[in-house]
Amino acid sequence: MQRKKECVAMLLAGGQGSRLYALTTNIAKPAVAFGAKYRIIDFPLSNCINSGIDTVGVLTQYQPLVLNEYIGNGQPWDLDRTYGGVHILSPYQAKTNSSWYEGTANAIYQNLHFMKMYNPEYVLVLSGDHIYKMDYAAMLKAHKATGADCTIAAINVPLSEASRFGILNTNPDGSIYQFEEKPKAPKSTLASMGIYIFSAQKLFNYLEADDANPNSSKDFGKDVLPAMLNAGEKMYSYRFDGYWKDVGTIASLWEANMDLLGDSPEFDIADKSWKIHSRNPLAPPEHIGENGVVKNSMVALGCEINGVVENSILGSNVIVEDGAVVKDAVVLAGGVIKAGASVSYSIIDENVTVGKKANIGVPKDPTAEIVVLGRGINVADGVTVSKGQMHEKDILA
Amino acid sequence: MASAIGIIFANLHEENVPELVRRRTMASIPYGGRYRIIDFVLSNMVNSGITTVGLMTSNNYRSLIDHIGSGKDWDLARKDGGLILLPPFSEKHDKLYTTRLEALNSVTGFLNRRKEKYVVLTDCDGVMRVDIANIIEQHENKNADITLVTHYGKVGNRADFMLIGADKDGRVNEIKLSPHVESGKKADIFINMMVINRQFLLNLVEDSVTHGFSSFEGDILIKQLDSLKIYRYDYQGYYAGIDSMAAYYKHNMELLNKEVRDELFGARDIYTKVRDSAPSKYGEAAVVKNSLISDGCEIEGVVENSILFRGVKVAKGAVVRNSIVMQDNIIGQKTSLDCVITDKNVVVSDRKTLGGCSTLPYYIPKGTRL
Repeated sequence: MQRKKECVAMLLAGGQGSRLYALTTNIAKPAVAFGAKYRIIDFPLSNCINSGIDTVGVLTQYQPLVLNEYIGNGQPWDLDRTYGGVHILSPYQAKTNSSWYEGTANAIYQNLHFMKMYNPEYVLVLSGDHIYKMDYAAMLKAHKATGADCTIAAINVPLSEASRFGILNTNPDGSIYQFEEKPKAPKSTLASMGIYIFSAQKLFNYLEADDANPNSSKDFGKDVLPAMLNAGEKMYSYRFDGYWKDVGTIASLWEANMDLLGDSPEFDIADKSWKIHSRNPLAPPEHIGENGVVKNSMVALGCEINGVVENSILGSNVIVEDGAVVKDAVVLAGGVIKAGASVSYSIIDENVTVGKKANIGVPKDPTAEIVVLGRGINVADGVTVSKGQMHEKDILA
Repeated sequence: MASAIGIIFANLHEENVPELVRRRTMASIPYGGRYRIIDFVLSNMVNSGITTVGLMTSNNYRSLIDHIGSGKDWDLARKDGGLILLPPFSEKHDKLYTTRLEALNSVTGFLNRRKEKYVVLTDCDGVMRVDIANIIEQHENKNADITLVTHYGKVGNRADFMLIGADKDGRVNEIKLSPHVESGKKADIFINMMVINRQFLLNLVEDSVTHGFSSFEGDILIKQLDSLKIYRYDYQGYYAGIDSMAAYYKHNMELLNKEVRDELFGARDIYTKVRDSAPSKYGEAAVVKNSLISDGCEIEGVVENSILFRGVKVAKGAVVRNSIVMQDNIIGQKTSLDCVITDKNVVVSDRKTLGGCSTLPYYIPKGTRL
């Protein structure tokens, strides 16, 4: 029997995520921490393994160190396989036709040989920008049932936001008759989630044609999908109704974190029927001290809390000293909030130290803006950082 | 460091905590919120550079195998060495081993195949963070046959123990097997860890078979005290001997002290099985004071001076004080626990009041539904 994989996933993880500002100065967007102990890429990787897809190419380009280190051999996601498993695909040199990845389609095109190695019938294209739980196997089933050449996962978005997305205009049977990339006057509210299933040979053909086209920007949304539609290929939408959040902006990243909180959270990350796997920190249970107050919050292992934590998400090994107050904030792994400091409505990146009695951010209200403190910086004692500021360097007194 | 392999005895000393080992080994007793006792033993070995570890089990070892898996969580899934399970093995006419010496006699094949110079033998009745490399270094420097690790502390409730006397140089000159000791008195106690030359151990075992010896302590250490070069290594760090239910409770509670926590966990190098639980969630009404909370917990009630293992749910109005609540327990609304140890998968329904005292904590067995 010829060895093959029915479906190979290609995960686009090379994006800079420039709208996350300081959070992505040193790391790629899919490596950004989320939900106390996770990173964004845990979601597509967990969805893959939970859907029975065990061959995943991760295309990296921008600041790949943390991401590569995190993925490692894929063992945390059960993706360390002798045949298949997770593979980091970085840009490479060759005699001809190789360069930095120039667009989403070009990145996949440059790894045609990787996909062909597994002789797949289908290729699933994913991005590393979203928080969601989705059964790709169900989508693949729909793709086979409609006999489509390409199936695009789609979700209803509010009309006011529709012009931020690729909008699918569909017939009642779900087939797509028009594809509009970020339309000014959207005709529908069905947005592409950036999740595509292609029949492999069709994809290979169109990628080769796209590469040969000097006028193409080598992007799936702008070039490949419209080209397929114009050529009359069968393209279907696949409706998804669950939680799906693009965490490409500071505000949406903050919101998605907060969606984990509450009695019946918008997004149930503890769902045992669809486990989100991750590389786990090596830390003891968190300790809540005699003066600690923790309410409506999510706290990862290794934290030591002697202050007040409300409506917040704390990554592993965060220290909140006596009298410090953390409210409506996301504090990533290794943060130290020293005695008497206050942190409100902020995202504090990994390994940041906030000095004694420093004041970071303002109470959350409709006019407030989120403060962002970048990776590893030190904030001196008593410093005030007002609303909406972003810092990437130490803040001195 | 000179090369050494480890041998862990998973089942010894179970008579001291019969409740906890009813359905598991000494090694797999849950400890400290997200660990089992063997995690400390294995982590000490791995962190000291020992990457071949034989795990001797005699019975009830299903939970242990489930916990250990391939050994990858301790970095012990190796091509050369790694974690090697040594379950009981006997010829038709042999009976199953019951003593340390008989157990060692059943693994001479494993000991023979390895090339390392030393063997570190350790039981699973204690929790500590010790650099074994230091013990081996002393063993080498003294050119000892056997080095016994001792700790100066209260004798406690052990059924069997050894008190060690040594001269200024550390050479052992007196071994007393379970002598009568006034309660609360401190002494140099053997903490069931020793270093021994591998080839020497093989000779000892072979010799014991011909002489019909059965007790390592009685027939070898005590009888041959003068002819063997037995030294002691005085371990001065934090040691939690699990020799009774009260000691189990007391030592778990000591983890609420920052100093103890820092010594054991400060370097963040105690490994355990990964379960991929979500981080713990604290509700609007949660009141948590001086407690250790593991991942996957959901807390809506009051938790004070307690240790919660993974996946524990504490409902609204519930009050958990001075208690150890193991994995996947559900504590119902308005239920109160004080000085209680609940084993895994216990469900305490609404409006129950359960209590013990710190010297006699109330123990609820695994899987109980109240």
